[in-house]
Order: sequence, then structure tokens, then C-alpha cells
Amino acid sequence: MTPFAYRRAQSVDDAVRLGMSPGAHFLGGGTNLIDLAKGGVVQPLLLVDVGRLPLADVAATPEGGVRIGAMARNSDVANHALIRTRYPLLSQALLAGASAQLRNMATVGGNLLQRTRCPYFYDTGFERCNKRVPGSGCDAIGGINRNHAILGASTACIATHPSDMCVALAALRASVRVHGPRGERTIALADFHRLPGDTPQRDTTLAQGELIVGVDLPPSRFADHAHYLKLRDRASYAFALVSVAAALDVRDGIVQDAAIVLGGVAHKPWRVAQAEALLVGRAASDDAFRAAAELTLQGARPASQNGFKVELARRAIVRALQVAGGQA
Amino acid sequence: MSHSDAPAGATRRGFLQSAGALAGTPLMAAHANAAPVSPAPSAAAPASLTLRVNGRSQLLQLEPRVTLLDALRDNLGLTGTKKGCDRGQCGACTVIVNGRRINSCLSLALAHDGDDIVTIEGIGQPGHLHPLQAAFVAEDAFQCGYCTPGQVCSAVALMEEVRRGDCSSVTPDVRRQGATALSDAEIRERMSGNLCRCGAYANIVHAVRLVANGEGLA
Repeated sequence: MTPFAYRRAQSVDDAVRLGMSPGAHFLGGGTNLIDLAKGGVVQPLLLVDVGRLPLADVAATPEGGVRIGAMARNSDVANHALIRTRYPLLSQALLAGASAQLRNMATVGGNLLQRTRCPYFYDTGFERCNKRVPGSGCDAIGGINRNHAILGASTACIATHPSDMCVALAALRASVRVHGPRGERTIALADFHRLPGDTPQRDTTLAQGELIVGVDLPPSRFADHAHYLKLRDRASYAFALVSVAAALDVRDGIVQDAAIVLGGVAHKPWRVAQAEALLVGRAASDDAFRAAAELTLQGARPASQNGFKVELARRAIVRALQVAGGQA
Repeated sequence: MSHSDAPAGATRRGFLQSAGALAGTPLMAAHANAAPVSPAPSAAAPASLTLRVNGRSQLLQLEPRVTLLDALRDNLGLTGTKKGCDRGQCGACTVIVNGRRINSCLSLALAHDGDDIVTIEGIGQPGHLHPLQAAFVAEDAFQCGYCTPGQVCSAVALMEEVRRGDCSSVTPDVRRQGATALSDAEIRERMSGNLCRCGAYANIVHAVRLVANGEGLA
């Protein structure tokens, strides 16, 4: 690691002020940032430790939703009674990620800000990576790209977002509350992460100095019919090749609302509103699930080694919806 | 602290010890032995912190880059905690901080000022083994033993997690509250953050199961 200064933020305002200095990074659990610093991928000048800010609560809101503090640890969120009972999809997704040790460290804010696990980004031995060194090129295109994006990629970057939590949050229509130099604002989860385009160095729509202070979950009718399906090369402690957050609100046999979000296939959680809408107003059936899967994967463009992900994702969507609907 | 910094011909242990002395030493020792401190950029100036390790308060002065793992091993001499991958992928560095198991390699020591830390040295000692350590011996749950301190710390924390009803990704229904039965599938999933390259997994599961059975968790 290159030398850096360390400051513990005394308040959110203090953190935002410190976060405006050049080369400053917010430090939560450190599970990704310290790893990146060790590899020289990130060379911070200042780490602003926000891990002890009083933002770790998980609390019900008067509207029937839940507000999660940004410093709540992944394990605490996954095991919180409110999350387990009202948003089991989020518990499942969190528990599918990392290991018990890492979940005890990782914060919700940090999970939202995870960097890609693309090996060309993660290993500074590779000279070319548009995300790490803008303008240098992308060796994943035409290189080792079995784990890479099949949707929403660009000619500059085919990296994927590695988070499981964010896939569930997208399905649950969460929003992210951030505090910055100009006060607080709320960003819909769908708008929080971005597609790479020609600026893949930017993962999110956050501005310099903006600190994530929490995640809001609106009231949900998905608790009875939700499933997070994660497919990977080993049974545990690995990133997804493809994951699906699937949820249905079924009343009197008719789907009232549906959520289908893919992980591991794009630069952000991948959601196609028309595919979800296709399930609404009719009975849950395999035919409908297959049609929704087809629509979600529309426009998929695999790289040289990850063509298998298209069919895998189609089948994973159908399977996840079947389990969510109680048919499997 | 890359290997290329080591002078030619230096032994690994000698290098690690001198690097440890440069990175920070317990305050008492620093006064007694005024080791030359490398001219670090002022941004990375050492700061003092207190760690409560295995019940003992330890005052340290460390520069910001020192991980909890390196502080334990190089500055406090607690070499039971092992450095495997040093990147949060193997679990050899697992210690218990404020009751929670974590990877000490991905955590800065300064972030733990005031924290209560239990390492393998605080879990059991020769002649006074923790039940899990005894079970690892009884079930032959290791070959080389390098991952074992992390495995044992992890398993100790796992027992507490099960007692308070935490679920895992193989728990059938996360909506059901209360104690979870510790099946072999649950043990494997909950121990998946600790790799064993000798492949003693089958017997590690047996050892954890043995203790869980004794405590009525399985």
C-alpha cells in the first residue's frame, strides 16, 4: 500500500468535509478498499473512517418500509428480524455473498460501492484497463472474459458489478440516501449504478465527497414469494456467474406485481421493466416466466467466452420465479 | 511492505522483524530501544491506539497502513494468527473482534482503537484446550495446521452465531426466527470462509459437529 493518512470522521458533516480533500476515500469495513489498496489499484492519500458513525440502525418507517443505516454490517442486516420477515429476498442475497467473516465487516454503503472483480482491473500487472487507467484500452474484450458482461457493456468496458445485495435492493425498489457538500439527496437504486459507456472509470452517479448515509426500502408485498438464486463455480464464497432476484406479489392466483433483476451480467443490476410488467395481471405460469426471461435477456451480446451466460440467465430467471411462486 | 524492499541476502524473518519495528512497536519497547524510524511522509505519521487483546490492554503506535493482522503478529508477537493470502480470501487470519469473527488482514489496526480482540492464543492454551481445539485433535481435523487457528476462531464464533439464531444461505426459510439446527450442510456453508489446502474439510466438519452435538446445537 502506498502511504496514506487516516482520520476517523466525527460526524457525517465532518466526513463530507474530509471527503472533499484530494485522494480521499471513505473507509467502511475495508473488505474491498483495503484489498484494492494492497494491490495498488487504489492509491488513497487519505482514508476517512466512517465505520463508527452512528448510522448502523435498521428501523421500521411509519409508511411500513424499513430504513437501513449505511454503516450497518451485511451480517446484521441479513439477520435483522425486520429484514428476514419483510424482505427475505435481501437476507438471502446478503447471505449468498462473501463469507461470514467478510459479512461481519462489510457495510451496506461499502457493498453499494464495490468495484468490479474483472481481473484486468484488479491486477495492475495488466497495463490496459479503461476503468483503472482511462483511455488505456480493455484487454478483457477478446481476453479472459468468462465472468464478464453480456448486457449493457460498451466497447470500452465489459466489467460486471459483483454485488449480490444490490441485485436484491433493485428488485425491492430501494433508494439510496446520500449526504454531500450541498446537503442530502435520494437516488433510486436503478439510477445509482451506471452503465460503462465511454467513462467506465465511474461506477456510480455519486459526486466527490458524497457519503452514503442509508438505504430506504419501501413497503413490499414480495415477502411471501421471493427467491434469490445465485449460480457460481463453487457452492459458496464465490462471485456469481449469474444471479437472479425474483419476486412476485400473487393474490387470488393472479400476479399483481413482479420483480426480476439479474446480477453478474452487467455493469449494474439488470432490470427490464417490460419483462416484469409482462407477468402482471395473469396467472403465474412457466410460459409467462419464459417469456419474461426472454425479454430480460433481449439485446444480450456475449463476449468471446461467456456465451453460456445467456442461456444460463434465461433458465435461472425461470427457475427463480418458479421457486418464488412456490412451484418448485 | 513488498519483498523487493528487503536487502539482498536478508532472511525472511529478519526482514519481517525489522519491517515490524519500522512499522510500529509497542510504546514501552520504543522508549527502551530507540529504533530508527523511516522518514515516512507526514501523511502516514504513526498514531497511538489501544487494543484489548485476549483480555490485556495493549498501547501501540502504528502508521495507518498496518493491518490488524500485522499488528498482532509483528508488534504484539501473537503469531498464532496466520497470514495466508493477506487478501481476505482464505480465512487464516480470522480473529474475533467485539464478539464477531473477521479477516484481520483486511482491517486497519487504527480502525480498531478500543476494540476487544480474541486471537487463538486467547481461546486455549496447551493443557487447557478449548473444546473445539480438543475436537480438532480428536477428529484429526488438520494436516499441516497452518489454517487451523483461523478455523478454530471461526468455529468458536460460529457456535455463538447459531446460538443467537443467525441464518445462513442454506437455511431453508430465513423468515423463521429462532435457533437453527446445525446440519453438516450448515457447518460447511458457515465455515466456507476458511480454506484448507490440505483438504481436511471432512474432519473439520466432524470436529465442529462433535462440539455442536455436545452443546445441543445440532
